[in-house]
Amino acid sequence: MKVSLFITCLVDQFFPQIGISTMKILRKLGVEVEFDSRQTCCGQPAFNTGYAEEARQVARHFLEVYGDSDHIVVPSGSCSTMIKVFFPKLFAEDSSQRSLAEEVGQRTFELSEFLSSVLEVESTGARFPEVVTYHDSCHLLRELGISSQPRQLIRAVEAIDFREMDHCDRCCGFGGAFSVKFSDISAAMGEDKVGWIQSSGARYVISSDVGCLMHIRGLLERQQSPVQTMHLAELLAKFED
Amino acid sequence: MIKISANVQSALADETLQGNLRRALVDTPHPRDEAVSEVPNWEELRRYARDVKAHTLSRLPEYLQSLEEKVLEQGGKVIWAETGQEAVQFILDLSHRRGVREVVKGKSMLSEEIHLNRALERAQIKPVETDLGEYVIQLAGEKPSHLVAPALHKSRKEIADLFVQKLGMAPTGDVLEIIATARKLLRHHFLTARMGITGVNFAVAETGTIVIVENEGNVGLSVSVPEIHIALMGIEKVIPRSRDLAVFLKLLIRSATGQKMTSYVNCLNGPRRSDELDGPQEFYLILIDNGRSKILADDYMRQSLSCIRCGACLDVCPVYQTIGGHAYGSTYQGPLGAMLTPLLTSVGEAPEHAFASSLCGACHEVCPVGIPIPQILLKLRERFQSERNQKAASLSLEKLAMQGWARVMCSPILYARLGRWARMLHTVLGKSGMGRLPIPLFSRWMKHRDLPALPPRSFRELYSSSQEAS
Repeated sequence: MKVSLFITCLVDQFFPQIGISTMKILRKLGVEVEFDSRQTCCGQPAFNTGYAEEARQVARHFLEVYGDSDHIVVPSGSCSTMIKVFFPKLFAEDSSQRSLAEEVGQRTFELSEFLSSVLEVESTGARFPEVVTYHDSCHLLRELGISSQPRQLIRAVEAIDFREMDHCDRCCGFGGAFSVKFSDISAAMGEDKVGWIQSSGARYVISSDVGCLMHIRGLLERQQSPVQTMHLAELLAKFED
Repeated sequence: MIKISANVQSALADETLQGNLRRALVDTPHPRDEAVSEVPNWEELRRYARDVKAHTLSRLPEYLQSLEEKVLEQGGKVIWAETGQEAVQFILDLSHRRGVREVVKGKSMLSEEIHLNRALERAQIKPVETDLGEYVIQLAGEKPSHLVAPALHKSRKEIADLFVQKLGMAPTGDVLEIIATARKLLRHHFLTARMGITGVNFAVAETGTIVIVENEGNVGLSVSVPEIHIALMGIEKVIPRSRDLAVFLKLLIRSATGQKMTSYVNCLNGPRRSDELDGPQEFYLILIDNGRSKILADDYMRQSLSCIRCGACLDVCPVYQTIGGHAYGSTYQGPLGAMLTPLLTSVGEAPEHAFASSLCGACHEVCPVGIPIPQILLKLRERFQSERNQKAASLSLEKLAMQGWARVMCSPILYARLGRWARMLHTVLGKSGMGRLPIPLFSRWMKHRDLPALPPRSFRELYSSSQEAS
């Protein structure tokens, strides 16, 4: 099987390790992985702040790059949602772009969904003898309805001690532009989240969205907490090469 | 202009408020959850209700006319008020004609929306809120912070202290004693007030029935003891048929309080008839527009008028849970307020409301009529930006930045180059240096959080060198 990776702009520029982990997992499972260097961003920053025209330009670029791909795998819940749910809405008045967006959306999968539902993988063979908890990112959970897949994959990691935190499905407060427009509210929500992460007893908080993780990690570091953040792909790639 | 940002700091610093919000909304499971899980066809009912609302809104003038006819047939009167001011003026004029000096009120958010109490007081007419939560709020000289639980921001102790201070009650921690005190005082007002003013939960077009749900019996008294009953109704509250009522009551009540049914469901059909023992001598239904037909005329935004004011979206909203209702600075708060405030006024009048959301979607998930609030907020953001940039003589800095960003994102070469420069800059300046750059994006982020340590090379750089190596 051949997969086109959409690594997302944040992972590409700021967290390449997550991209490398994603690639490592897919290759181990016998998938042929392709990285098209014309890829950039899904357009979310513009879309979420009300700049629909700018978002459309970036979405058009995405559709040009990925128009012919069989499977598009994305290690991010919110970017997958942008493509699958919001691209068709952006092109509500442009029927040919809309149908292209819908088709591409059907071929786009968030990583855990792709592993569980398409490849039907139960375990990636990772081993991680640590206490971890999982933060549901909002778009992945509520727009795409994905909550059991990442958990099944985490539980299958060898020697892992997985503990649910209270309010695992409450927003961490990141919200893209919200985190800077309403920085104080965002941080207060994040501090609630950090509190629940810490009470779970976990040393690592796992999530499928880099935005949430960047926000949570920024708060944890400010508090000099020993708890670390980890993207789901990084966890699932913890196997011997 | 209403600015939420001006109220955030004080809401976050108010430890009592923070404790009250947390206790009421975060630490205790909401009774709604269980009440909803008991209804196996909840999703089906939600869809049904949404369809009924969409249908009704698509033919609103027809249904309102039929409602008017039925109310008139039953001996009531109907007043059409285009603005809140017109509704208020009608009430003031009628009060003067009838010599009314005191009014008992059932809880009504619409009455808050049209600032009725203030107008009554100015005209030397005493409004007495008879819902316990509203009574507390009125004693405190505040505004409701939640549309179902107006005094949600107050603790039991704060309320007890208020009763001691304002009513001379002996200090007590006993809730029942507080309630008994209010009850005794309110009883007197029900007997002396000559006018009762309430809101409306639903109005049935085919029968002219006005439906008001409540738990305290205060609405029942307000609509039956005084000579005059005035019901304030937003034009979107009409439903076509009695048979739809069962569904809407189930959705509303379970979502609002988690009850199977409220203690009372008042179904009112006009004033007292000659063979009836109680009820008002005069009944007036005021149909209030106050910005609603403007929303109705907008094909996309129209769905926001389906709201049945259950308050579930406030209860689950992490932003509301964090800042409470007053910080919104508007009559309607939480996700519903973020959506309705700019729609009822304008995006210029409430420029921050649509942005005061992390778009987490918890509101849409619980909404009993399935209003996609986050998507409506996104649409409002879009309108705000396009209005702002149309009005401005030159484009805003943010718009220019966004245009530049889009150009970069459409050009893989520019994108890769800029990413490299950003990472280089980060290497040179370090984390704290980045925060000192005169870029609000960084400084606002770094007020509460560290910046991530940026890697020397991007994924694409690592990928292409690994390709070359192999």
